[in-house]
Amino acid sequence: MDRSRLERAAPCEWRVKQQGAMRVPAIIYADDHLIDDMDDKVVEQLVNVAGLPGIVGAAYAMPDAHWGYGFPIGGVAAFDADQGGIICAGGVGFDVSCGVRLLLSELNTQDVEPVKKTLAEALFDTIPAGVGSTGTLTLDDAEMTAMLNGGAHWAVENGYGEPEDLERTEEHGRMSGARPECVSDHARKRQRREMGTLGSGNHYCEVQTVSEIYDDRLAKAYGLEIGRVCVSVHTGSRGLGHQIGTEYMREMVLAAPSFGITLPDLELACAPIKSDLGRRYIGAMRAAANCAMANREVITHLVRRTFAKLFAHGHLRLLFDVSHNTCKAETHKVGNELRELHVHRKGATRAFGPGHSDLPESLREFGQPVLIGGSMGTGSYVLAGVPAGEAASFSSACHGAGRAMSRHRALKLWGGRQVQDDLAGQGIIVKSPSRRGIAEEAPGAYKDVNAVVEAAETAGLAKRVARLRPLACVKG
Amino acid sequence: MPKPVTDGSYELFAHEADIGIRGRGPTKAVAFGQAALALTAAVTDPGRVNASMSVAIECMAPNDVTLFVDWVNALIFEMAVRKMLFARCDVTIEQGKLTATAWGEAVDRTRHEPAAEPKGATYTEARVQCDADGAWTAQCVVDV
Repeated sequence: MDRSRLERAAPCEWRVKQQGAMRVPAIIYADDHLIDDMDDKVVEQLVNVAGLPGIVGAAYAMPDAHWGYGFPIGGVAAFDADQGGIICAGGVGFDVSCGVRLLLSELNTQDVEPVKKTLAEALFDTIPAGVGSTGTLTLDDAEMTAMLNGGAHWAVENGYGEPEDLERTEEHGRMSGARPECVSDHARKRQRREMGTLGSGNHYCEVQTVSEIYDDRLAKAYGLEIGRVCVSVHTGSRGLGHQIGTEYMREMVLAAPSFGITLPDLELACAPIKSDLGRRYIGAMRAAANCAMANREVITHLVRRTFAKLFAHGHLRLLFDVSHNTCKAETHKVGNELRELHVHRKGATRAFGPGHSDLPESLREFGQPVLIGGSMGTGSYVLAGVPAGEAASFSSACHGAGRAMSRHRALKLWGGRQVQDDLAGQGIIVKSPSRRGIAEEAPGAYKDVNAVVEAAETAGLAKRVARLRPLACVKG
Repeated sequence: MPKPVTDGSYELFAHEADIGIRGRGPTKAVAFGQAALALTAAVTDPGRVNASMSVAIECMAPNDVTLFVDWVNALIFEMAVRKMLFARCDVTIEQGKLTATAWGEAVDRTRHEPAAEPKGATYTEARVQCDADGAWTAQCVVDV
C-alpha cells in the first residue's frame, strides 16, 4: 500500500484524515509489513465507507483486511439510525453470518494421531462439502420458517446438537428480530437441501491440536491446554444467505437515488435503517443469521457422531460460535454517551471484552473467545476480547489470515496435489472433492496469520490465548 | 489473454478474495453468453461439461449493468438449485429483456472436480461496454 495517504498514529494504527466526502476518519490496524503488503484498494474502499450517511467514529480495517466489494473484507463500520444511519447489504456480505465455531474434545494429540487418516476420511464421508453436495435434511416451507426463526435452537429441538451449545453460541443461538416473511421463495428454494452442508472456497471442518498457550488464565477458563484436540467449523448461511444478499443488494442499488444517497461504488448500496427497505433487509439478514447458526449446529452433530464412532471418550463440547459477516444492533460508548449502533462487520469478528452483559455467564469474567481461522498449513488462533477493543473498533477484531493473493494467481503458483503432499509431509491430512480448490486455498495464498494476530494484540483489539495446529482438514 | 472462441471469448480476471468473470463478443448478447462460460470456468473447465440439458432463463432490468448482474445471478441460482454446470448459453437481449437457454448437465463431482462455489455476482468491476474495436465486454466480480 502507498503510505503517502496514511498517518501513523501508533505502532499498529494508521489513519486517513477526514477529507472530501468522508464524514469520519478511516483507521487501519496493521504492522509495517502488513500495511506494505495490503492492497491500495483497501484504503479506497475504507474511504468510501467513511462517507456513508450516519457513520459514527471511524471506518475501520482489521489487520487481515483485503480488497472486498464495497466494504473491504476485514472492514468495520457503525451507523446510528437516529442520525440517518444506513444498513448496507455489501457491508454484511453474501455469506450472511459466516462464522467459526470451536469444539473441544477430551482427547489428546496422541489419541488421534494413530487414527488421523481414518478420522479425516470419516469426516469427509459424513459432512457434505463442496459444489454439488446436498445435506441429509430437506426442509419444507413450514420447517424452513421454523429454522429461520429458531436458529441453533431449531437444530437442537430437532435432535441436531446439544442444549449446552446454545449459551456458547453468539446471540445464545437465536437472533431475535428475524423476519422469515422477508426471505423470498428463491432464497428458501436455494436452502431447501443445503442444511448441514459446509460449502466450498475457504470453508472447512478442521481437526486441530492446541500447540501454544499465550495466557494461562484465559486458556484454563476456555478449557484449552497443550495437546488438547479440538475441531473448528467454518461455514455460514449457505444458499439462503447468498440469495438474500443478491436480492437486497439489487433492491438497494435501484433504490439509492430515492433515498438521496450518492454511491461512490454500487456495491455500497444501502438503505436508511429506519426505511421500509432497511427494516426488511435487517429482518431477512437476521433470519439468515439463524440459518447460519442452525447450519453450524447440524454440522456439529455430524462431527460428534463421527467422533463417537471412533473414540470411546470422543465427546465434543462447544467453546464458542461467532460470526464474522454481520450487522448487529449493539450499545457502544461514543464519547461519554451510550448509543445504539448498527455495527457492520464484514470479515471481522465481534470481540466483547470482560464483563459484557451479552456474554454467557461462564465466560463473562474472561471476555469473548475470538476465533481466528488461519490457512490449512499455518494454524488458527483463539483470542479473547479486551476492554480496549471498545474504543479501538467497537469491540471488533480480525477474522482470519486474510488472502494475500487472488485465486487466479494461486492456481498459477501451486497444484492441488502438490499442496496436499506438502501438507501431508507436515502431518496435515487434507480431504477435498477438488484439487483445484485446494490449490486456490494454498497456505501461501494467505497472509501470515501469526503477524495478523500479533498486530491485533498490539493494536488492543484482542489478546492471544492459544494457537491451534491443524491435524486434518476437510475442505469444500 | 482471453481464450479465443469462434464467436466470442471468455476469461477469468483476478480479484484478491474472489474471481472476476469476463465475456467478449461481437454483440452484447454474445458477450453475456461468453461470461456465463467464464462463470463455469470459475468452478471447472467448461470443456468437461456436456450440454445435455437445457434451462430457460429470463431477466429484465433498467440498465445493462444491472441486467448483466441479474443474468449472472440467475445462472448462479439455477446452478445451486439444480446442482448443474453450464457449457453453452444462447442469449438474446431486446429492450432490457434477456431471454436465454442455458445448456449443461448435473455436477459430476468426480469428472468435474468442482472448485469454488459461486455465491453471487457483485457490482465490483461490473461493466457492460462496446469497446473501440466494436466488440462488447461484459464483466463483474463473483463472490465465491
